[in-house]
Amino acid sequence: MNRALIIGGGLHGLSTALHLARMGGWRVTVLERRHVGRHSSGVNAGGVRRLGRDMREVGLSVIAAEMWANLPKIVGDDGGFRPFGQIKLAESDADLPKLEARAAATRLRGWTHEEIIGRDEVLRLLPAVSPHVRGAMIVRDDGSANPMRTVMAFRRAAMEAGVEIIEGIAVRGLARRPSGTLVVETDRGPMEAERVANCAGAWASGLAAGIGEYLPTTPKASMMIVTERLPFFCLPTVGSAARALSFKQSEVGTVVIGGGHQGANDLVAETSSQNLMNLAKAARIAAEIFPIVAKARIIRSWTGIEARTPDEVPVIGESLVMPGLFHSFGYSGHGFQLCPAAGAAVAELMARGSTNMPVAELSPARFQQQKAAA
Amino acid sequence: MTDLLILGAGPAGMAAAIEGRRQGLSVLLLDENAAPGGQVHRNARADAKGPGDIQAHAGAALMAELAASGAECVYGATLWAIEPGPRAFYSVGGEARKVEARRIILAPGATERALPIPGWTLPGVMGVGAAQTLLKSAGLVPQGQVWIAGQGPLLWLYAAQALAKGGKIAGILDMSDPGALKRALWHLPCALRKPRYLMLGLAWMRAVRKAVPVHRGRDIQALGDGKLEAVVINGTRHQADTLLLHDGVVPNTQITRAIQGLEHSWNERQRAFQPVLDAYGNTNIPGIMVAGDSGGIGGAWAAALSGRIAALGAAQALGRFGEEQRDALAGPLMLRRGDELAPRGFLDTLFAPLPLPEAPATILCRCEEVTRATIEDAAQLGCLGVNQLKAFTRAGMGACQGRICHGLLHAAIAEARHVPPAEVEAMRTRFPTKPLTIGELAALAE
Repeated sequence: MNRALIIGGGLHGLSTALHLARMGGWRVTVLERRHVGRHSSGVNAGGVRRLGRDMREVGLSVIAAEMWANLPKIVGDDGGFRPFGQIKLAESDADLPKLEARAAATRLRGWTHEEIIGRDEVLRLLPAVSPHVRGAMIVRDDGSANPMRTVMAFRRAAMEAGVEIIEGIAVRGLARRPSGTLVVETDRGPMEAERVANCAGAWASGLAAGIGEYLPTTPKASMMIVTERLPFFCLPTVGSAARALSFKQSEVGTVVIGGGHQGANDLVAETSSQNLMNLAKAARIAAEIFPIVAKARIIRSWTGIEARTPDEVPVIGESLVMPGLFHSFGYSGHGFQLCPAAGAAVAELMARGSTNMPVAELSPARFQQQKAAA
Repeated sequence: MTDLLILGAGPAGMAAAIEGRRQGLSVLLLDENAAPGGQVHRNARADAKGPGDIQAHAGAALMAELAASGAECVYGATLWAIEPGPRAFYSVGGEARKVEARRIILAPGATERALPIPGWTLPGVMGVGAAQTLLKSAGLVPQGQVWIAGQGPLLWLYAAQALAKGGKIAGILDMSDPGALKRALWHLPCALRKPRYLMLGLAWMRAVRKAVPVHRGRDIQALGDGKLEAVVINGTRHQADTLLLHDGVVPNTQITRAIQGLEHSWNERQRAFQPVLDAYGNTNIPGIMVAGDSGGIGGAWAAALSGRIAALGAAQALGRFGEEQRDALAGPLMLRRGDELAPRGFLDTLFAPLPLPEAPATILCRCEEVTRATIEDAAQLGCLGVNQLKAFTRAGMGACQGRICHGLLHAAIAEARHVPPAEVEAMRTRFPTKPLTIGELAALAE
């Protein structure tokens, strides 16, 4: 049996571990410093979205969408996925042509999931939306899922596939023996493996820096608000072309408001906290687009830490410094939907050294070129 | 900008405001209620006769001093967030406000420790503390067949007060451990430094025992279809319209646990987390202080003293005087506070918190209806603490945000994992720690 160590018990680590274990011939261990799903994996907004993605990751996202539709077959649970659509609103006459251009560019590449709809169709789909909307771009079978439930489903499936998950173990550094075996230094001593995956989220860039690999990310702590339960008024997940908003009503009636409004984060203490004035902006945008929520009581707000790359798409691929080490991080606030497909891609890269999944444009090499140019 | 922002107009907050003004600080005092006093001195002026009257006199005196102090007091104000600065966010009458303060003293007091007997979620079952609030604020005594179960001084005080107001109590189940007295005796000599509490407690107990049958034991269940209809005590069924439960009080740490990096420690004797404080009530976060029961249960007199001590600490930190003068002013107050805290060892041992109920089907998290058995299952699956438990079970994620259940969940996880409670991390809370509307928050956006 070959040994593989997965650093980070977030969704990407769990998905990578699951897919690798299912290939057979691998003894897979996940090393998690705190507990599985501790940071953004367990507390993100749960958007399952192809809509409006960076073109470099649309291909992977399209594969992921098929996997989300089959999630019960993959992990034994649907993760609370509800395919009720993702909508990006045009709030002004200037927004609409931009959305139209975007959808046209996507179609030009052969993908047909994005569709432009007029004001009447928006009002039919979103009866509670403010009348100032002009139209929208929609992906009708995108949707949203429950992050915690998804984490637990991947955790369970990984364990059933034979993955060992060790929680409360901290990784200190990486080394490579002349034989090619990789050594992961932990606070419980060194561990050896033929393959290692760096899925350490906001801390992954630091781990890479420890072996002299330049993969810059900055931490982010996007804030979310959840309200009390309201009567059902909104099925799709709603965003805006011009403003930062992610708005959805959950299956129990609570409204979850996000959109990337930033709180404070502390990588050393591994904590994040809210910035109330930024949170107020999110509340304001939500109340302007859905006036119905102005009177709803906020039950809780929260944040989770993750990594953002300079070009806002993830780093997926083998290390250029340490062969046998594979990176998967820097999902920049939109990695939740990608997790089934990204894990499969990284597992294939680890086991076979190559993959047919469309991840070439996400390779760590792009930062080497950048560093050389600089 | 105000010099001193104080949350809570109970004994600690009132005393801190009075002392802060005396030292020349500008003071803004916030409280959720319509009038000062907090839980213990609620309606104290009207209560100056009868059981608890000594406390009521002390409360009325503080209120009079507060009114004359020149502190700006805002009642009906709900504080819902604190940010580094420090800066506080609160709402009054549906309008959110932001205030910068040079020092914040948090004095949100205590909350009742939940006592999760089978059937405790039925309408008609409530805490003794909540019943006392109704008694003090509206003069309401429960009607019909009223039962009280649990332990602790407040249980006896409430019973005595309810009887004095013409209430009827069908019976009391004293759930305290008869063997605890023997263990507590070791602390008695220390407790006798301040015998007042013990004398008062014994007087309340005597008065109640004359009028109400008192049962002993821990075998209790609440029954009913949609609402409380009966209690079963030691196998005997009694008709019941109201059941009041009590198992002492714990520090209200809902706000301090939400402040990033603020350290808490486990108080093994009181079986609760409390913020780590120095002698003046400073937390490890600059500018944030805690006074009164929210920093560790000590009772009303100790709370008032800790409020004054914290205000002196704040005055020194804000340059009113040097450390020597601060210590000279606070020294005598600290000695008196030591005396007031002397009976704690005896009381905390005598009324050591009750164990979790054994029945696996007992609900521990009411909002999400999570049972003890579900939590044990989660621990079996590898759940290590209360913060993970949310992912496994949704426990602590409902409308109360753990206010009621966080201690129960903590105890249940520690027991299921067979580790000391101190080794299980406290449940994290998040701002807003009190509900506010989207519209209120949105109005703050610049």
